[in-house]
Amino acid sequence: MATMQSMATDPLRALLEQAFPGAEELEIIDRTGGGDHFHVIVQTDRFDGLSLIDQHRLVNDALAAPLADGTIHELRITTRGTA
Amino acid sequence: MSDDLRNRIKEIIETEDVVLFMKGTPQWAMCGNSMRALEALRAAEAPIAAVDILPNPEYRKELSALSGWPTIPQVFVKGELIGGADIVQELALSGELVAKLQDALGAEYRAPGEEKTLALAEAAA
Repeated sequence: MATMQSMATDPLRALLEQAFPGAEELEIIDRTGGGDHFHVIVQTDRFDGLSLIDQHRLVNDALAAPLADGTIHELRITTRGTA
Repeated sequence: MSDDLRNRIKEIIETEDVVLFMKGTPQWAMCGNSMRALEALRAAEAPIAAVDILPNPEYRKELSALSGWPTIPQVFVKGELIGGADIVQELALSGELVAKLQDALGAEYRAPGEEKTLALAEAAA
């Protein structure tokens, strides 16, 4: 059953799954329930050896479309490598 | 107009030690993320040059085009993008922010309470 929560987060999840296949952890939180303030948590071995800013750049790149069109009004990012 | 704006943004990034592009001003932050970045810089006692991007939607567009970073806030140290609120906060907690500031600005960089707000368009009225 599609909840309000999953309706907002599913498209973002799809983009992140596409960008980080096989990620250890992928969590998308609709922080306010309004469908435009999100916190995404990504853990993947893609991040191993990358600086924090490069890790965040990859997440920003994955979500470029919803960031550009205003679907995401505010984004918090938490990234972790696996090493 | 757009060239002037881009040049002004570049000039600020290149000439100020620590720049915080934010929503609102240090006295009146209009967004939780801008506040978090500001607090992290304050805790590290960085000299802060704040730029409010809210007065004109072009400010944010031009800044993001220049930096390749889509969201606000954005923190620059000596011309280099450090990141947004999450990164700056994480670096502050781990102690790396102080190390970065010392590397970039020298061991005696601390300037508690040194905050100024810069305008992108001095006479754009």
